[in-house]
Amino acid sequence: MITLGHYLVVSGMLFALGLAGVIARRNIIIVYMCLEMMLSAANLALVGFSRFHLVNGLPDYTAQSLVFFTITVAAAEVAVGLAIIVALFRSKQSVDVESVTKLQG
Amino acid sequence: MPPLLFYLLALITLGFGFMVVTGRNPVTCALSLAASFVGLAALFLSLDAYFIGVIQILVYAGAVMVLFLFIIMLLDIKTEEGKKVNFPAIVSGVFLAVLLALQVVMVSGGTDLAGKSAQTAPLALAEASAKMGKAALPTITKDLKAGELPDAKLIGFTLFDQYGFHLQVIGLLLLVGTIGVVVLSKRERSTAP
Repeated sequence: MITLGHYLVVSGMLFALGLAGVIARRNIIIVYMCLEMMLSAANLALVGFSRFHLVNGLPDYTAQSLVFFTITVAAAEVAVGLAIIVALFRSKQSVDVESVTKLQG
Repeated sequence: MPPLLFYLLALITLGFGFMVVTGRNPVTCALSLAASFVGLAALFLSLDAYFIGVIQILVYAGAVMVLFLFIIMLLDIKTEEGKKVNFPAIVSGVFLAVLLALQVVMVSGGTDLAGKSAQTAPLALAEASAKMGKAALPTITKDLKAGELPDAKLIGFTLFDQYGFHLQVIGLLLLVGTIGVVVLSKRERSTAP
């Protein structure tokens, strides 16, 4: 029997994988992919809570509306972020996170 | 849903997610991420969230991944094979991730809601149509009475009934994002003619 707990564990593990990628990887595009993975993991937790928190016998659609907004924001964020990465690549000729040290004190 | 199917989908999602984190070639990583998102969309479908599952495939596995692959091809990024591995970052990343996963596993067992499953919390479509009464649209009550879950209609109803302003703000955000991308990726004109 699959409970909400199972979904939450999958969501948490996916988020943890994304976090490990963001911290450990040096390729800025892959760091960005891992960020997307973390956003999706949060969406999974939201949809899980939505399904099992019944309102009048139906899933809680407020949570799914929030997921809709999250996906929209994530799509906009990917577009802007990738444009920034392209601009960065133009000036540094590299996508390594350690090549960007201008803000380092 | 049969438990075996859930474990298979979770394995697809997490396995390909692991390949994203460990892969050396950015193209492999992007394709693994697409596969992981397809598994995640299937998990959404198993939670009766059909609309969210479909837009997960359309937006993430479709648009976002194409954008990633396009940028990877455009920048012509080589695989980072020759570079030495950054051990402190990897150790701290894995440590933090394991800590977080353990914490989530421990917390998720503690709530009353976490024990609910599709058997103990079934959808009650006919009762829902009776309870919603005249507040709901006729098309929604018709679907509910027929025993179907009008998922997209209910989300749309929630969005436009309660979150109309937020929807417009999101539209504005997309507009600003589009303008921002155009401004960012515009090549600066050289001063010489």
